Amino acid sequence: MEFKTVLFYLFSTITVLAALRVITARNPVHAALFLVLAFFNVAGLWMLLQAEFLSLVLVMVYVGAVMVLFLFVVMMLDINIEQVRAGFWKNLPIGGLVGALLIAEMAAVLSGRYFGLASLPPQNMPANYSNTKELARVLYTDYAYPFEIASVILLVAIIVAVMLTLRRRKDNKAMHSSDQIAVKSKDRMRLVKMAPEVELPAAANKGEQA
Amino acid sequence: MEATVLNLLASVLGSLWAPLWNLIKPVWPLIWTLAKIVLIMAPLLLSVAYLTFWERKVIGWMQVRIGPNRVGPWGLLQPIADGLKLFLKEVLFPTAADKKLFVLGPVMAIAPALALWAVIPFSPGWVLANIDAGVLYLLAVSSVGVYGIIVAGWASNSKYPFFGAMRASAQMISYEVSMGLALITVLMVSNSLNLTDIVMAQDKGRGAGMGLGFLSWNWLPLLPMFAVYLISGVAETNRAPFDVVEGESEIVAGHMVEYSGMAFAMFFLAEYANMILISAMTSIFFLGGWLSPIGFILDGFHWMAAKMTAILFFFLWIRATFPRYRYDQLMRLGWKVFVPLTLVWILVVGVWMMSPLTIWK
Repeated sequence: MEFKTVLFYLFSTITVLAALRVITARNPVHAALFLVLAFFNVAGLWMLLQAEFLSLVLVMVYVGAVMVLFLFVVMMLDINIEQVRAGFWKNLPIGGLVGALLIAEMAAVLSGRYFGLASLPPQNMPANYSNTKELARVLYTDYAYPFEIASVILLVAIIVAVMLTLRRRKDNKAMHSSDQIAVKSKDRMRLVKMAPEVELPAAANKGEQA
Repeated sequence: MEATVLNLLASVLGSLWAPLWNLIKPVWPLIWTLAKIVLIMAPLLLSVAYLTFWERKVIGWMQVRIGPNRVGPWGLLQPIADGLKLFLKEVLFPTAADKKLFVLGPVMAIAPALALWAVIPFSPGWVLANIDAGVLYLLAVSSVGVYGIIVAGWASNSKYPFFGAMRASAQMISYEVSMGLALITVLMVSNSLNLTDIVMAQDKGRGAGMGLGFLSWNWLPLLPMFAVYLISGVAETNRAPFDVVEGESEIVAGHMVEYSGMAFAMFFLAEYANMILISAMTSIFFLGGWLSPIGFILDGFHWMAAKMTAILFFFLWIRATFPRYRYDQLMRLGWKVFVPLTLVWILVVGVWMMSPLTIWK
């Protein structure tokens, strides 16, 4: 057995187990961390397929950014797991149907050779072949317009998401750094001229203490 | 380098070498890789130890103190004593902590900090893995480092660590954005994602032709990006003045509050390893790596070491100089100053490269 095959089985076993634990873990933080593990191993699988750009971007985007924000939210939740599990049997038929559909579709794609689809031949590229460069060349020449349109749609989505949550609250106590920097000392403190304090006579002082 | 080592071994062992070589030939790549890993890791961990010592000394001098001077001559054995002390201390587990994740936290902090060194070239050919997508690897693996802090903060099941984790996740993601965008300009001008190629691309141009190599390095044409990258690097390693994650006057020590002994030392190691890494990356991307600034002096690792030392000194210097940023100022600097600045500069460099005035050919 080739070492690559060993690696494949290692990565895929961990991926499947971690994915299973994502849905069975009782603690949502554990589930999110198992999802991170699954992403990592999928990145390893993609690396075996010589798709180093996709695999590194998967780690960078999903593990490095998306899952961090996921954890950020999940950590702050106090989820009662029993309440979440209450609807399990009710939702099982729909969930099972969706799962079966997914499996059927994946099976149809992966068993292409069995159905006589001989496209997608795996090619062995020379060592100096840069997957990243090829991807960029295709994206910025043949598919320049679809690529730009997709990025504009994403930009619109970002702005919309910000607009949806941006509310001007009246009790907002945010400080403006420019105002703070522009502050002069006379805005904060006023020096006044006044007559010097005179010490009270000793008798009055004593009477007060008594 | 590999051939030299093999020749050396053959000449030292003499007639013993031939049977030995037959024995180890199938596993030789493994042995060679492990030897290279040790050659990188051992000096790295030693520099981490002495960086802590140097930091205490430098900050001491800046504040007109002496700094550690009791253990060994001039206090030189201080980091060894510190390490030994931390090694012998008990690792305490809070009762309410999530034990498994509590252990996993420090591991996840230090693993990326060490794994990143795989693609750093120290000199032409002196690199563990000379991969084409080196910059992508750096960005991908360094973004994993934040998990150590988040997991540690959550698993401690305690207030201050949790605040530290919250702050860390927001801060690291914000500054990763400006760091990545600053790197895009470097990639544009050097036309490669390979770190060795990025350094070699800085060896061309008018300055290098005149024997004044330092004028052709990326820091000069990309000066704003150099500043953004360096400052984001400080924020990314959670160092003062951006150390709100630890913020000892506000949240004690953030994610490290509940840790003791070696578990605490892991976070410490990771922080200093990351500092050294950021200084190596800055010298590769902007300061010409191992290239010599003046034509007639030889290129080599000594230049890279000198540049890294200068940047590390900068790290210590600003720690001794600046007060800590307030949290909202930190976010404002990241999102409202650095991100727009880098986006504009990408456009400027793009137009510059396409114009007849281009200096990158």
